[in-house]
Amino acid sequence: MSLDTNSDPQSPPQPIEPTKIAVLKHRRGSRWMHWINFPLIVIMIWSGLRIYWANRVYAFGILSWEWFMFFPESFYTALDLNQRLARGIAFHFTFAWLFTLNGIAFVIYTWRTGEWREMVPNRKSLRGSLDVLLHDLRIRKTEPPKRGRYNEAQRLTYSLVIFLGFLAILSGFAIFKPTQLSILTWILGGYTSARVIHFAVTIAFVLFFLVHILQVARAGWRNFTSMVTGYEVTETDTSGSNRTSPARQSMEAADG
Amino acid sequence: MAEKPELSMAAYRQRTRRSLLTGGLAALAGFAGWRWVQDQPQSHNIPTVLRKGHEFNEAVWSGLFREDHQARTFSRSAASILRVNGRQGLRSEIDLADWQFTVKGPDGTTLGTHVLNDIKQLDYFETTIEHKCIEGWAQITNWGGARFRDFMRLYEDQLPDNISHVYLETPDSQYYVSVDIETMRHDQTMLTYNNLGVPIDELHGAPLRLTTPLKYGIKQLKRIGEIQFLTEAGRDYWGERGYDWYAGL
Repeated sequence: MSLDTNSDPQSPPQPIEPTKIAVLKHRRGSRWMHWINFPLIVIMIWSGLRIYWANRVYAFGILSWEWFMFFPESFYTALDLNQRLARGIAFHFTFAWLFTLNGIAFVIYTWRTGEWREMVPNRKSLRGSLDVLLHDLRIRKTEPPKRGRYNEAQRLTYSLVIFLGFLAILSGFAIFKPTQLSILTWILGGYTSARVIHFAVTIAFVLFFLVHILQVARAGWRNFTSMVTGYEVTETDTSGSNRTSPARQSMEAADG
Repeated sequence: MAEKPELSMAAYRQRTRRSLLTGGLAALAGFAGWRWVQDQPQSHNIPTVLRKGHEFNEAVWSGLFREDHQARTFSRSAASILRVNGRQGLRSEIDLADWQFTVKGPDGTTLGTHVLNDIKQLDYFETTIEHKCIEGWAQITNWGGARFRDFMRLYEDQLPDNISHVYLETPDSQYYVSVDIETMRHDQTMLTYNNLGVPIDELHGAPLRLTTPLKYGIKQLKRIGEIQFLTEAGRDYWGERGYDWYAGL
C-alpha cells in the first residue's frame, strides 16, 4: 500500500537530465471532502462510544470464552465517555446528517469527475493486494505495479472504506428508525443485528484509520501534501515521452 | 475554476504555500466551530444547536410517519418478562385497590376519572414486540391491554380538534412524558395491564402503564396517575434532561 508515485520501472533510461513538475493528483472537491470527513467521523465515533457506553455488551470470543471485551473501563474514563448518553445521542443524531451529506457528495463528485476509475478494484485486485501487502511487510522485494494513481491494495481498501461508510449510514438509520424503516432493519437482520453491524463497521473504520496513518507516514511529506495542495511532484524528462503520469491519465479520462 | 493538470515547480511552490495557509485556516475554522457548539447556551441540558438538531429530526421523522407502518411483531414464545429499568415515579407507596387516574382537557379541567375495570371494559389487545431502551438494549416481550385509541374515543366529543400531544404523569408527579398524538392513536399504542398474560408487577408500572413499540422505553410511562390532552408538546422528564422530546422509532 505504498503511496509514492516517484518511480516507474517501465521507463527506459534517458540520457537527458530529468526535470521535476507537479502533477494534479487529488482534485479540489476530493481534498475538501476528504478533510471535512475527518473531523466528522471523529465526532461520530466519539459520540457513538458515549452511546455504546450505556449498553457496553460486545466482546470478541467463541461461545462462553471471552477474549476481549469492548472496552476496558479505563478506556471510558480516559475519553470522558461515562454518563454522557444524552449528549452522545445529541451529537450523533445531528452530525450524522453532515456525515451522510458529505459521503453522498463525495460519491456523486467521484462519479461525475470520473475519479471513480482510479479507485475501483477488479478481479485481480485481491491478488494484487496480497503482493502489495507482502512488499510492504518486506517479505517480498519487488514493488507491485500501480494501475493508474493507486496500487491494487489502495484500490481495494479505499473502495471498501467507502462501502463501509455507507454501511455505517444504513445500519445507523436501521437502528435509529427500526419501525419507520422496518424494511431496512429487516435487510440487516433485525435491530440487534443492525446494531452489531454498526459497531463492527466502526471498529473497521478505526483499523483503517490506523493503517492509513501509518502508510501516509511511510509514503512521506510530498505524498501527504498532495492531499492538501492537490499536486504531487514527479520527475519527467524534457522530451515529454513520460507524459502519461497517473493523474494525467485520469484527467484525460475525466475531461476528455 | 478547473485546476491545471500540471504545474511548474515555481507555481507549485506558490500553490503549496497558499494551500497550507488555506488548510490551516480551515482547520482553525473547524476548531472554532467545535468550540462554538460546546459553548452554546444550554437548551434542556444540551447545546441549543443540538436541540435544534433533535427538532430537525423530529420534523423529518414525524413528517415521514405513516400510521400503517407497524413495529415488527414476534411469536409469543420469543417473549420474556421485561427487564426492570428506571424507578422514577414509582418510589412512593401505592394502594392498588384504591388506585384511579384522572383525565384532563387542554385547559386543565378534569374530564373524568377511571379505575382499572374501566380499561378492562375496552377491547382486549395483545401483542409481542421488541421493546427498545434508549440505552441500547432491546428485549422481546408481550403486552396485553386496551388500545389507547379506543380509550380516547370516550373523550372525543369533549376534546377540540387540534389535540397534538398527550401528557401522562405518575400519581406522585415525579415522572412525566409528552407523546405526539399520531403515536398515541397508533394501532400498537396501548394502556397496558398485562405482561405475558399476567398482571404487570409494581416495578413494571402496575396497575396500568403506557406501552408502544414506536417509542423508546423512556416514553412508556409506568403507573399512570394522570392523562392530559394537549394542543402542544408538554413537559417530558428525560427531554428536560438532555434527551430528544420525540424519541420515536
